[in-house]
Amino acid sequence: MRLLRYFSLAVENIAVRKLRSILTMLGVIIGVASVLTTLGIGRGASADIMQDIASEGLTLLIVESGTYSDQTWTSGQPLTMADVAALSDRSLHPDISQAVPLHRQYINLVAGNNSRFSEVLGATSAYAVMHRLELAQGRFLTEDEIAQRTKSVVIGTDVAQNLFAGADAVGQSLRIQREPYTVVGVLTKRGWGRIGNVDGSAIIPLPVAQERLRPPYTAHRHRGDYTVSAIHVNAVSIDRIDAAARQVEQTLRLRRALTADEPNDFSIDNQAWLLETANSVTATLTAFLAGIGAISLLVGGIGIMNIMLVSVTERTREIGLRKAVGAHNRDILLQFLAEALMLTLVGGLIGIAISYGLAEVVASFSTPDFPLVVLIESGSLAAAVSVSAACGLLFGLYPAIRATRLDPIEALRHE
Amino acid sequence: MTGQSPLIEIRNLTRTYHIGRTALHALNNVSLTIHQGEYVAVVGTSGSGKSTLLNILGLLDRPTEGTYRIRQQDAVDLTDRQRTTLRNREIGFVFQEFNLLARATAQRQAELPLFYAGISPKESRRRALEALTQVGLADRANHRPEELSGGQRQRVAIARALVNRPSLLLADEPTGAIDTQTGEEVMTLFEQRHLEGLTLLIVTHDREIASRARRIITLRDGAVISDERRSAPAVAPSSKHLE
Repeated sequence: MRLLRYFSLAVENIAVRKLRSILTMLGVIIGVASVLTTLGIGRGASADIMQDIASEGLTLLIVESGTYSDQTWTSGQPLTMADVAALSDRSLHPDISQAVPLHRQYINLVAGNNSRFSEVLGATSAYAVMHRLELAQGRFLTEDEIAQRTKSVVIGTDVAQNLFAGADAVGQSLRIQREPYTVVGVLTKRGWGRIGNVDGSAIIPLPVAQERLRPPYTAHRHRGDYTVSAIHVNAVSIDRIDAAARQVEQTLRLRRALTADEPNDFSIDNQAWLLETANSVTATLTAFLAGIGAISLLVGGIGIMNIMLVSVTERTREIGLRKAVGAHNRDILLQFLAEALMLTLVGGLIGIAISYGLAEVVASFSTPDFPLVVLIESGSLAAAVSVSAACGLLFGLYPAIRATRLDPIEALRHE
Repeated sequence: MTGQSPLIEIRNLTRTYHIGRTALHALNNVSLTIHQGEYVAVVGTSGSGKSTLLNILGLLDRPTEGTYRIRQQDAVDLTDRQRTTLRNREIGFVFQEFNLLARATAQRQAELPLFYAGISPKESRRRALEALTQVGLADRANHRPEELSGGQRQRVAIARALVNRPSLLLADEPTGAIDTQTGEEVMTLFEQRHLEGLTLLIVTHDREIASRARRIITLRDGAVISDERRSAPAVAPSSKHLE
C-alpha cells in the first residue's frame, strides 16, 4: 500500500534524528505515562473500594424497626425472633438466602482496671459466616456455646488492645454488666465497614444477650417473643436484591397487620447507595485525572507542533527539492503528517511502557492500611493510543500544510 | 532537426516580478524553440533572467505572459498537479548546490523521483542502482552526502536527475561548486547522456563550459541577445572513462 511508504519514510526521517525525535516525543511520553498511571491509580483505588463493598456483600439488606425520613425518627413495633423465623421460610421468600437475627447494645466492658464502652452484639454463628468474620486468635462462638448459653465472648482488636493491652486475650475473662465472660477469640482487624466498627465490638451468644443482658430502656420481649435489634437478610444475588426487599416488606407488613394506607414502621436498607457513592466519587476522580491528562497531552501536542514547524523550516530545501523531482502537495502533506503521527504514536507506546513500570513502582509503596493498586485498563490503553494519534494528526496538520505551501523555487534557494 | 516536432517551444514569454510598485521584467518577450536531442547552454550575467527561464522551463514557475509548450502540450494552463507529474516524468534537475537530502544514502537520493512516480520499491532500487552505475558510483550507493566528495555528490544528483529517464535535463551552474577537474568529469557525464539522445540545457556563466554546447543562448536584461548555433561542438565529448 502506497500510504505505508510514507510511514517507512517517516521512520527513516525519525531514525536519523534520534535525539531530537526523542526530545520531541518526551511531551507525549510524559503525558501518556502520567495519564495512564494516575488513571490507573484512580481505577485501582475504585476497584479496591468496590471490592471492599463487594466482599461485604452487596446482597445484604439490613432490616430495623422504625423509620427515618426527613430527619425524623419514627419508632415502630420491635422485630422479633418470630419475624426472623418467618423470613427464613424460603418457600415464601425465594429471593432470600438467609435471615440472621442480631441483638445490639452498648455496654461498658471491664477487665481488671481497664474498661471500654463497646457495642455488644448478640449473634449466632450464621452472623460470622454471613459477614465473613475472621479471627486473629482463638475461634468464634460454637453452635454448642450458643445453644447452651455459655458466657463466651469474641472481641475486636481494639477491645483486646484496650482491655488486655496487647497481652494474649484468649482465655482471659472480662465482665459485662458484672457477669464474667471468657474470651474465646479475637477478630482480625477490619476497620469501619457496612456492619459498623467490628474492631470495637464484643460478640456473645444471641440467647445470652437476649436472656441475660439488662435492657437499657426497651424490653427484650415483645408479646412473649425475644426482640432483635436488626435482621440481616441476604438476597440470593445482587440483581435479586430488590425482589428480596419486596418479599421482606410484604411479610413484615402482613405480620404487623398494616393496612394499605399505613406506611412501613420498619426500614430495609441496602448497600446500593454505597455503590452509587463510590461510583460517583470514582467518576469525579476519573474526570479530574482525565482533565489533567488532557492538559499534559495538549502540552505534548503543542511541543510536537513546535518541533514540526522548526523541522519544516529546517528542511525547506528538502521540501523544495522533493517538489522539484515530482512530489505533489499531497505527498509533502502525507510525509509530514506521517512523521507527526509516528512521533506521537511511538511516544504514546513508550508512555504506555513507562506507565507499566511506574505502576510497579507505585504498587511497591502499597501497605495493607493504604493499598495502592494501579489498574491500567485496556480501555485506557486504547484511549491513550488513539488520543496520541489524534494529537499527532491535529498538531501535525498545521506544520504539514505549511510545508505544502512552500514555493519550490524559494525553497530551493533557502539557506 | 527540421521536420521533427520541437521538444520545447516558448513564445513571447514574459515574467514580471512586482517589488512594491516597481515592475521588474525578469524575462521580456522571449521566444525559443528547442528540439529533442539539442545541447544548449544559456549564458548571461547575474540578473539576466537565466534562472527565471530555467524555472519556467522546469515547470517550477509560470510565465506572466506568453506560451510554453512542452512536447506540444500547453504547460501554462496545467494544474499544479499536472505540472508536477509532467516535471517528474519529463524533466531532470541538476543544481549548483547539489540539493541532496542531508542524511539519505546515494541509493535513496537516486530513488527519490521514482518514489513520487509511484514505482515499486523493488523496481526503484534496481533503477536507482543502475543510474548510480551510469555515473560511476555503484560502489558508493550506501554512502551519505557527508561521506562523498563534491564531484561525487554532483554525480549522485545527476543519477537522481536521470533515474526517471527524462527527455529534458536542466542544469543550473552544475560545475559552479566543484573544481575544474571534477567539473570536466561532470560535463563528460552529461555529454555521454546527450550522445544517447538526452536534451541538455545548461545554465552557466562559465564561457568555457558554454562553449562545449552546440547552441549558446545569451540573455541580457531578460531578453535573448544572441542565439548562436555551432555545427560541431567546440570540444569533442571526451571518450575517456570515469575513474
